[in-house]
Amino acid sequence: MQIHGELTQEPAWVADLETESGIKVSACYQCKKCSNGCPVVYAMDFQPNRLIRMIQLGLKEDVLKSATIWVCASCETCSTRCPNDIEIATLMDYLRQAAIREGKVEKERNTPVFHQTFLSSIRKNGRVHELMMIGEYRLKTKDFLSDLRLGWEMFKRGRLRLFPAGVKSKGEIEEIFKRSEREERR
Amino acid sequence: MKIGYYPGCALHGTAWEYDQSIRKACEVLGVELEEIKDWNCCGASSAHILNKTLSVLLPARNLALAEKEGLDLLVPCAACFNRLKAAQKKVREENSYQEAVPIRGDTKIIHINEFFCEKEMLLRIRDRVKKSLTGLNPVTYYGCLTARHPRVTGMANYEDPQGMDCVLETLSVKTRPWSYKTDCCGGNLMMTRVDIVKKLSGNLFSEAAEAGADCIVTDCPLCQANLDTREHEIAREAGRTFDLPVFYISELIGLALGIDAGQWWKRHIVDPRGLLAKKGLM
Repeated sequence: MQIHGELTQEPAWVADLETESGIKVSACYQCKKCSNGCPVVYAMDFQPNRLIRMIQLGLKEDVLKSATIWVCASCETCSTRCPNDIEIATLMDYLRQAAIREGKVEKERNTPVFHQTFLSSIRKNGRVHELMMIGEYRLKTKDFLSDLRLGWEMFKRGRLRLFPAGVKSKGEIEEIFKRSEREERR
Repeated sequence: MKIGYYPGCALHGTAWEYDQSIRKACEVLGVELEEIKDWNCCGASSAHILNKTLSVLLPARNLALAEKEGLDLLVPCAACFNRLKAAQKKVREENSYQEAVPIRGDTKIIHINEFFCEKEMLLRIRDRVKKSLTGLNPVTYYGCLTARHPRVTGMANYEDPQGMDCVLETLSVKTRPWSYKTDCCGGNLMMTRVDIVKKLSGNLFSEAAEAGADCIVTDCPLCQANLDTREHEIAREAGRTFDLPVFYISELIGLALGIDAGQWWKRHIVDPRGLLAKKGLM
């Protein structure tokens, strides 16, 4: 896929990113081991090695708007095999958080919605209640038809619990969430 | 022998049979499980994807609770295991987290595939086996999160793990060799990109069949749910039949120990009872 429109480079970004994330992106010498081992590379708009080159060139806008950062399955194969010890999977997390913070999520918009729903389920109960979490996600994405049959098959077999079992010390969970939000805003 | 136990959310929901088979097997093997009181969700993938601090503090609260018990901690879910290990590492390395959740960070966090393949456990299993599982031809499937990143998981053979193979050997089962033990099934994208899940999991089914397997054995509740729930659909769309039940390793240990496993099999979408009956195992 082509980088769209005019190139807007932010050369200072690499240094900021490296300081904030602690990930040494500039160490990449394009051996492509990450992309060769990546199980979802076929569904990405930019291969991981290319995304890293784009970061080195300061193409912030294109990186943050990419589908790649949301398609990544966090399987850690890339990070494990990188000869320069670049934590590529962790880098994807950093980029996802930056994309949300800066309002740049253009592709794969359901993915952050899913993870937000998952976290709000934890915030409410301290634990995830699968049935309620999935219901809320379907509601938010206005998708009521996917996997209905599968849901029924699972329900019949008792694999979806009806009632949530929560944590008693809900205050502690709320405190963790509040603190984490404060920290990330800094 | 007593050990702390952190089941995690999946084992209280979709993976109930994983939890039950571990509890029952441990009972027979003389291991007392002490469930961590008032444990919370580890944050799974969603926390590390959206908020770095949260991805440390949520598991760290559980580690603090475990430290109070002063026991090693058995964690059956691969995602929980990975997140607890990662948080422990972070808290050890960065002081900033200590203020929020003060922990020592010295709890030994153990996953199922390490736990059952320790020498002492293998001996206990061997001594108590009631039924040899000879005849089953499984491939072992470990998935991503107990293997990678090895700096977090501490797994030595992260490209070719042996824990479950070792246990199965003790149950007189010879596993089929294949190269996909730690390839991703797409579990992380279970709800958001089913098309990718079907491609990755479909690949695993084809390769397992190609390796001559008649079932898949795993120790990750997300992999199990992902594979078990999508298998029929993937087969239908590919115009094939796989019929590969996806077992938890603890279910097979339980079966070999002579535990009544009827309630577990009923919950599988790909019903394993046909295969087990054919092999004279039920």
